[in-house]
Amino acid sequence: MSMVTTYLSWALLVLGGFLCVSGSVGLLRFPDFFTRMHAASVTDTLATGMILAGLMLQAPTWIVFGKLVMILVFVLLTGPTAGHALAKAALHSGLKPLLPGKSGKIEADTHPSAGGV
Amino acid sequence: MKIQTLSLTLLLIIFWLLNSGLFKPLIFILGAFSIVLVLFISSRMKVIDEESQPLHLTKNIPAYYAWLLKELVMSNIKVVSTIWQGHLQLQPALATIKMDHLSDMGKVIYANSISLTPGTVTTDVTENSITVHALDKSSITDIQSGAMEARVRKLDN
Repeated sequence: MSMVTTYLSWALLVLGGFLCVSGSVGLLRFPDFFTRMHAASVTDTLATGMILAGLMLQAPTWIVFGKLVMILVFVLLTGPTAGHALAKAALHSGLKPLLPGKSGKIEADTHPSAGGV
Repeated sequence: MKIQTLSLTLLLIIFWLLNSGLFKPLIFILGAFSIVLVLFISSRMKVIDEESQPLHLTKNIPAYYAWLLKELVMSNIKVVSTIWQGHLQLQPALATIKMDHLSDMGKVIYANSISLTPGTVTTDVTENSITVHALDKSSITDIQSGAMEARVRKLDN
């Protein structure tokens, strides 16, 4: 494997890792269920995509490459489906999303359910 | 034989070969048996049609995926920068947005694309509208502008 693919692969892996951490931090910082779901979807999409792309560059055979592609397709199909099911179930069971009032903005860190970092 | 049966057979063969990675006669026989079984069951269930095998989209889907990937990266950057903001100031929004002239397949692709991009999630789909929850209300305005809807409509024709 050439030097360029190695560096590119590691750049993708590190960036994907950073996005995973960002998703988790968002999950803790955001105030309510719905906003937290948006943070989790960062981990679902670009973070997984970048880590898998980084691994694809290091794949020793085409079989491994193909399997990684299958994992990516699976994640990209199930992520939104699960997210939609969760959000719809939450709304139907009466959970109201936190919406800004007349003043305009939510001070997220002061909300009682806020994780706070 | 329908074209959908043919494409399902091909997909199953590729799926089996990729997953096993073993090229031995016994494995081939087992694979052929499994594929025939799956084809038999799915034709009995009558699920081999253009809904499970949307072949008519093949022509336009690469361009749509490329555009969606760009949108995905943009909205990821937006959400991640919100996450790392020093003092969180959020403006979440829940809105019902009109849509028209989309086939059932188009609606599914549209709603799924919205859910896939971080910062927006579809909570409900009806005959001519979708309900979207967004992390920031500017995302709602973006969806209302109809750029994605137009792309999905183009994809469907």
